[in-house]
Amino acid sequence: MTTLQTNNLTQKTETSEPEPQATSGVNNHLAIIHESNLYAEPIAHVGNFAVTNTIFTSWIVAILLIIVSVSIKKKIKEIPSGIQNIFEVLVEEGEKLCDQITGSRKITETAFPVVLTIFIVVLINNWFGLLPLGGLGILQTAEHGRVFIPFFRSGTSDINGTLALAIVSVISANIFGIVSIGIWKTLNRYVNLKTLGNIFTKVRKDPMVLIVSPIMFAVGLIETISEVAKVISLSFRLFGNIFAGEVLLASMGAILAYILPTPFYFLEIFVGAIQAFIFAVLTLVYYTISATDEEYEEEHDKGEGEIIEATY
Amino acid sequence: MEMTTLAKAIAIGLGSIGPGLAIGMIGAKAMEAIGRNPEASGKVFVPMLIASAFAEAIAIYALVIAFSIK
Repeated sequence: MTTLQTNNLTQKTETSEPEPQATSGVNNHLAIIHESNLYAEPIAHVGNFAVTNTIFTSWIVAILLIIVSVSIKKKIKEIPSGIQNIFEVLVEEGEKLCDQITGSRKITETAFPVVLTIFIVVLINNWFGLLPLGGLGILQTAEHGRVFIPFFRSGTSDINGTLALAIVSVISANIFGIVSIGIWKTLNRYVNLKTLGNIFTKVRKDPMVLIVSPIMFAVGLIETISEVAKVISLSFRLFGNIFAGEVLLASMGAILAYILPTPFYFLEIFVGAIQAFIFAVLTLVYYTISATDEEYEEEHDKGEGEIIEATY
Repeated sequence: MEMTTLAKAIAIGLGSIGPGLAIGMIGAKAMEAIGRNPEASGKVFVPMLIASAFAEAIAIYALVIAFSIK
């Protein structure tokens, strides 16, 4: 049965309400309802695992990116031409920007591939939701009408997707910190056993240690909470921007289709690029913070103090 | 009066006041910096965008709460 045969075809977009507000005179068993859900809708079930449309889209984006990168890598020439130019520009400018943020060449060399990958993945996932593929989907029969579930929905418009990316980002920053400066120093960022030990060793020389040490220990505990806050803020920032963009486009399309969403499409393209950039830059900042050795910086500062004294 | 709709409206309404002011102030200071030193506009632009994204994230938290109120 095609949809053209129904007399009253209602297509409403509503946000996260379980039942639509029925207008009178609608043949409810023929109406098609598309709700913009906060959660992703499953399109298939593999055993117990529900394959949702967002994870399906992120798989497709991943396969696409792998195909593109492998095909470019096979054709790398000494003198670049064509697509290789674009990627060389991307990598060079990206490394310059990373050097500005990290301040250290060593961190850039290790962290840059991860950061660039996160940037490209988030960017392509954000932009994939803007493609006009929303009409392809399946119809499911529910008790209040038929529900339309699209096949393609951008992977970052699902809180699961962005939460996964944020967890990977924060945990890999910590692992990078452990690899860079050793596990004792990384542990001391969170549970500051060193200052607790300082209470006993330095209390004769410097009695202020009795007050400063517990405060530094509490600061370390607050750092652990701030790691969780980093995960939450990264994931919610990206999810909120992309999901709100989807709802915005749907609402504008419901008011005046084709004309009104057009300026918002430009906004969404811009927002997608900015949010990908912010996610990547924040990941780089977390890498830099984890790998920064604070004692080395203190000795560095002492060296500057001596130079200033010597000029008198 | 529908309490759910009112709750959603209050959540997003009050939650956007702070970030709106914040992004305005960030932009104003950036404009000032560019006005003093037009050659530095490239260097000012990127940190301005990063700071605006942080401020906007707070409004996005309020929006997500507004969406999840049933």
